[in-house]
Amino acid sequence: MTVRALINVPKKAKRGDVIEIKTLISHVMETGFRHSTNGQMIPRDLITSFACTYDGETIFETQFFPAIAANPFVTFYTVATASGTLTFRWIGDNGFEVTQEAKIAVE
Amino acid sequence: MSMMKITRREVLLAGGLAAVGATISGSAEAVTGQMETAIRNAIGTPTIRKGRVMLDLPPLVENGNTVPMTVSVDSPMTKDNYVKAIHVFNEKNPQPNVISVRLGARSGRATIATRVRLADTQKITAIAEMSDGTFWSDTQEVIVTLAACLEDLQP
Repeated sequence: MTVRALINVPKKAKRGDVIEIKTLISHVMETGFRHSTNGQMIPRDLITSFACTYDGETIFETQFFPAIAANPFVTFYTVATASGTLTFRWIGDNGFEVTQEAKIAVE
Repeated sequence: MSMMKITRREVLLAGGLAAVGATISGSAEAVTGQMETAIRNAIGTPTIRKGRVMLDLPPLVENGNTVPMTVSVDSPMTKDNYVKAIHVFNEKNPQPNVISVRLGARSGRATIATRVRLADTQKITAIAEMSDGTFWSDTQEVIVTLAACLEDLQP
Protein backbone atom coordinates (compact mmCIF):
# COMPACT_ATOMS: atom_id res chain seq x y z
CA MET A 1 0.00 0.00 0.00
CA THR A 2 1.42 3.34 -0.97
CA VAL A 3 0.99 6.07 1.58
CA ARG A 4 0.61 9.61 0.36
CA ALA A 5 1.61 12.35 2.73
CA LEU A 6 1.18 15.98 1.73
CA ILE A 7 3.03 18.68 3.61
CA ASN A 8 2.68 22.38 3.10
CA VAL A 9 5.51 24.44 4.59
CA PRO A 10 6.48 27.88 3.21
CA LYS A 11 9.79 27.65 1.31
CA LYS A 12 11.01 30.97 2.65
CA ALA A 13 10.28 32.95 5.80
CA LYS A 14 11.64 35.91 7.72
CA ARG A 15 13.33 35.15 11.04
CA GLY A 16 10.78 35.28 13.83
CA ASP A 17 7.75 34.91 11.57
CA VAL A 18 4.96 32.60 12.66
CA ILE A 19 4.51 30.11 9.83
CA GLU A 20 1.55 27.85 9.12
CA ILE A 21 2.19 24.16 8.48
CA LYS A 22 -0.44 21.91 6.93
CA THR A 23 -0.16 18.14 6.81
CA LEU A 24 -2.36 15.48 5.26
CA ILE A 25 -1.73 11.74 5.12
CA SER A 26 -3.77 9.02 3.43
CA HIS A 27 -4.97 6.50 6.00
CA VAL A 28 -8.29 4.71 6.67
CA MET A 29 -8.26 5.43 10.44
CA GLU A 30 -10.40 2.33 11.07
CA THR A 31 -11.87 2.78 14.54
CA GLY A 32 -12.32 -0.87 15.53
CA PHE A 33 -15.93 -0.11 16.47
CA ARG A 34 -17.48 -0.93 13.10
CA HIS A 35 -18.89 -4.19 11.77
CA SER A 36 -18.64 -5.36 8.18
CA THR A 37 -21.74 -6.53 6.28
CA ASN A 38 -21.22 -10.12 7.43
CA GLY A 39 -21.35 -8.96 11.04
CA GLN A 40 -17.67 -9.28 11.80
CA MET A 41 -15.82 -6.60 13.70
CA ILE A 42 -13.37 -4.70 11.50
CA PRO A 43 -10.06 -4.62 13.38
CA ARG A 44 -8.67 -1.31 14.56
CA ASP A 45 -6.15 0.36 12.27
CA LEU A 46 -5.26 3.87 13.38
CA ILE A 47 -2.48 6.39 13.25
CA THR A 48 -1.88 6.94 16.95
CA SER A 49 0.66 9.73 17.01
CA PHE A 50 2.17 12.46 14.90
CA ALA A 51 5.13 14.68 15.68
CA CYS A 52 7.08 17.43 13.96
CA THR A 53 10.70 18.28 14.75
CA TYR A 54 12.51 21.42 13.60
CA ASP A 55 16.24 20.76 13.34
CA GLY A 56 15.90 17.93 15.85
CA GLU A 57 13.81 19.84 18.40
CA THR A 58 10.21 18.68 18.82
CA ILE A 59 7.90 21.62 18.11
CA PHE A 60 4.58 19.83 17.81
CA GLU A 61 3.31 16.52 19.12
CA THR A 62 -0.14 15.03 18.93
CA GLN A 63 -1.98 11.89 19.89
CA PHE A 64 -4.74 10.74 17.56
CA PHE A 65 -7.86 8.87 18.71
CA PRO A 66 -10.59 7.06 16.73
CA ALA A 67 -12.49 10.36 16.59
CA ILE A 68 -10.02 11.73 14.04
CA ALA A 69 -11.45 11.50 10.52
CA ALA A 70 -9.92 9.30 7.81
CA ASN A 71 -6.90 10.84 6.06
CA PRO A 72 -5.81 12.86 9.10
CA PHE A 73 -5.34 16.53 8.35
CA VAL A 74 -3.60 18.79 10.84
CA THR A 75 -2.77 22.48 10.68
CA PHE A 76 -0.43 24.03 13.22
CA TYR A 77 2.00 26.92 13.64
CA THR A 78 5.62 27.47 14.55
CA VAL A 79 8.14 30.28 14.69
CA ALA A 80 10.69 30.29 11.85
CA THR A 81 13.96 30.41 13.81
CA ALA A 82 16.64 29.30 11.36
CA SER A 83 17.08 27.67 7.96
CA GLY A 84 16.78 23.96 8.37
CA THR A 85 14.79 20.80 8.05
CA LEU A 86 11.38 19.97 9.43
CA THR A 87 10.79 16.26 9.97
CA PHE A 88 7.26 14.87 10.14
CA ARG A 89 6.60 11.45 11.59
CA TRP A 90 3.38 9.46 11.78
CA ILE A 91 3.20 6.27 13.84
CA GLY A 92 0.27 3.88 13.96
CA ASP A 93 -1.12 0.37 14.39
CA ASN A 94 0.28 -2.64 12.53
CA GLY A 95 3.75 -1.15 12.35
CA PHE A 96 2.65 1.92 10.42
CA GLU A 97 5.42 4.49 10.25
CA VAL A 98 5.96 7.30 7.77
CA THR A 99 8.64 9.98 7.91
CA GLN A 100 8.81 12.98 5.61
CA GLU A 101 11.00 16.04 5.49
CA ALA A 102 10.61 19.60 4.33
CA LYS A 103 13.23 22.33 4.07
CA ILE A 104 12.77 25.95 4.97
CA ALA A 105 15.02 28.92 4.20
CA VAL A 106 14.96 31.65 6.85
CA GLU A 107 16.38 35.11 6.12
CA MET B 1 -5.05 -33.73 49.30
CA SER B 2 -6.73 -33.88 45.92
CA MET B 3 -9.97 -32.74 47.52
CA MET B 4 -8.13 -29.74 48.85
CA LYS B 5 -6.84 -28.85 45.36
CA ILE B 6 -10.29 -28.98 43.78
CA THR B 7 -11.71 -26.81 46.47
CA ARG B 8 -8.94 -24.33 45.99
CA ARG B 9 -9.54 -24.20 42.24
CA GLU B 10 -13.25 -23.75 42.72
CA VAL B 11 -12.65 -20.92 45.11
CA LEU B 12 -10.28 -19.22 42.65
CA LEU B 13 -12.70 -19.72 39.75
CA ALA B 14 -15.56 -18.24 41.74
CA GLY B 15 -13.35 -15.33 42.68
CA GLY B 16 -12.35 -14.80 39.05
CA LEU B 17 -15.95 -14.74 37.88
CA ALA B 18 -16.87 -12.27 40.57
CA ALA B 19 -14.02 -10.02 39.43
CA VAL B 20 -15.23 -10.17 35.81
CA GLY B 21 -18.74 -9.30 36.94
CA ALA B 22 -17.43 -6.32 38.85
CA THR B 23 -15.48 -5.01 35.83
CA ILE B 24 -18.49 -5.23 33.53
CA SER B 25 -20.87 -3.44 35.88
CA GLY B 26 -18.16 -0.87 36.57
CA SER B 27 -17.67 0.00 32.88
CA ALA B 28 -21.42 0.22 32.30
CA GLU B 29 -21.61 2.86 34.99
CA ALA B 30 -18.60 4.74 33.66
CA VAL B 31 -20.21 5.28 30.25
CA THR B 32 -22.56 7.99 31.51
CA GLY B 33 -19.65 10.10 32.62
CA GLN B 34 -17.11 8.89 30.05
CA MET B 35 -16.10 12.42 29.11
CA GLU B 36 -15.44 13.29 32.76
CA THR B 37 -13.39 10.12 33.23
CA ALA B 38 -11.35 10.86 30.11
CA ILE B 39 -10.69 14.42 31.28
CA ARG B 40 -9.60 13.13 34.69
CA ASN B 41 -7.27 10.58 33.05
CA ALA B 42 -5.70 13.20 30.81
CA ILE B 43 -5.20 16.15 33.15
CA GLY B 44 -6.23 15.10 36.66
CA THR B 45 -8.70 17.22 38.61
CA PRO B 46 -7.59 20.84 38.36
CA THR B 47 -9.97 23.81 38.37
CA ILE B 48 -11.01 24.38 34.77
CA ARG B 49 -12.23 27.88 33.96
CA LYS B 50 -14.32 28.97 30.99
CA GLY B 51 -12.73 31.30 28.47
CA ARG B 52 -9.50 32.00 26.56
CA VAL B 53 -10.21 28.92 24.41
CA MET B 54 -12.12 29.24 21.14
CA LEU B 55 -13.53 25.96 19.86
CA ASP B 56 -14.75 26.42 16.31
CA LEU B 57 -17.10 23.77 14.94
CA PRO B 58 -20.03 24.05 12.55
CA PRO B 59 -23.26 24.16 14.63
CA LEU B 60 -25.06 21.86 12.18
CA VAL B 61 -23.25 18.99 10.50
CA GLU B 62 -24.69 16.90 7.67
CA ASN B 63 -22.04 14.20 7.71
CA GLY B 64 -20.37 13.24 10.97
CA ASN B 65 -17.52 11.48 9.20
CA THR B 66 -15.50 14.62 8.55
CA VAL B 67 -16.20 17.67 10.64
CA PRO B 68 -13.70 20.54 10.43
CA MET B 69 -12.60 21.67 13.86
CA THR B 70 -10.35 24.55 14.93
CA VAL B 71 -9.14 25.22 18.45
CA SER B 72 -7.37 28.46 19.22
CA VAL B 73 -6.20 29.69 22.58
CA ASP B 74 -5.69 33.31 23.55
CA SER B 75 -2.05 33.39 24.67
CA PRO B 76 0.97 35.59 23.88
CA MET B 77 3.07 32.41 23.36
CA THR B 78 6.20 33.91 24.92
CA LYS B 79 8.93 32.00 26.77
CA ASP B 80 7.21 32.32 30.14
CA ASN B 81 3.57 32.46 29.09
CA TYR B 82 2.48 29.85 26.61
CA VAL B 83 0.04 26.99 26.03
CA LYS B 84 1.48 23.63 27.00
CA ALA B 85 -1.27 21.36 25.73
CA ILE B 86 -4.70 21.26 24.15
CA HIS B 87 -7.05 18.33 24.74
CA VAL B 88 -10.39 17.81 22.99
CA PHE B 89 -13.09 15.48 24.32
CA ASN B 90 -16.47 14.31 23.08
CA GLU B 91 -19.59 13.21 24.89
CA LYS B 92 -21.15 10.43 22.81
CA ASN B 93 -18.61 8.79 20.49
CA PRO B 94 -17.67 5.20 21.45
CA GLN B 95 -14.42 6.62 22.83
CA PRO B 96 -14.32 9.98 24.68
CA ASN B 97 -10.99 11.38 23.44
CA VAL B 98 -10.68 13.32 20.20
CA ILE B 99 -7.13 14.67 20.11
CA SER B 100 -4.33 15.64 22.50
CA VAL B 101 -1.71 18.13 21.37
CA ARG B 102 1.53 19.30 23.00
CA LEU B 103 2.65 22.79 22.14
CA GLY B 104 5.46 25.01 23.34
CA ALA B 105 6.68 28.59 23.31
CA ARG B 106 8.07 27.90 19.83
CA SER B 107 4.60 27.32 18.40
CA GLY B 108 4.12 31.07 18.02
CA ARG B 109 0.36 30.76 17.76
CA ALA B 110 -1.76 28.39 19.83
CA THR B 111 -4.06 27.29 17.05
CA ILE B 112 -4.68 23.83 15.62
CA ALA B 113 -7.08 22.61 12.98
CA THR B 114 -8.10 19.08 12.05
CA ARG B 115 -11.10 17.02 10.95
CA VAL B 116 -13.03 14.88 13.41
CA ARG B 117 -15.72 12.20 13.47
CA LEU B 118 -18.93 12.66 15.43
CA ALA B 119 -21.18 9.68 16.12
CA ASP B 120 -24.15 11.73 17.33
CA THR B 121 -25.48 15.17 18.19
CA GLN B 122 -23.34 16.04 21.18
CA LYS B 123 -21.17 18.45 23.12
CA ILE B 124 -17.47 18.84 22.38
CA THR B 125 -15.11 20.29 24.97
CA ALA B 126 -11.63 21.70 24.39
CA ILE B 127 -9.31 22.23 27.35
CA ALA B 128 -6.05 24.18 27.24
CA GLU B 129 -3.25 23.76 29.75
CA MET B 130 -1.19 26.92 30.26
CA SER B 131 2.45 27.17 31.27
CA ASP B 132 1.39 28.80 34.57
CA GLY B 133 -0.61 25.68 35.47
CA THR B 134 -4.10 27.05 34.84
CA PHE B 135 -6.70 25.28 32.71
CA TRP B 136 -9.23 26.95 30.42
CA SER B 137 -12.01 25.44 28.36
CA ASP B 138 -14.71 25.95 25.76
CA THR B 139 -17.69 23.75 24.90
CA GLN B 140 -19.72 23.64 21.71
CA GLU B 141 -22.86 21.72 20.88
CA VAL B 142 -22.96 20.18 17.42
CA ILE B 143 -26.08 18.79 15.74
CA VAL B 144 -25.24 15.83 13.50
CA THR B 145 -27.82 14.66 10.94
CA LEU B 146 -25.84 11.73 9.50
CA ALA B 147 -23.67 10.12 12.14
CA ALA B 148 -20.22 8.68 11.59
CA CYS B 149 -19.72 4.92 12.07
CA LEU B 150 -23.24 4.04 10.94
CA GLU B 151 -22.88 4.16 7.17
CA ASP B 152 -23.36 0.96 5.17
CA LEU B 153 -20.16 -0.80 4.32
CA GLN B 154 -19.49 -2.17 0.88
CA PRO B 155 -19.56 -5.99 0.93
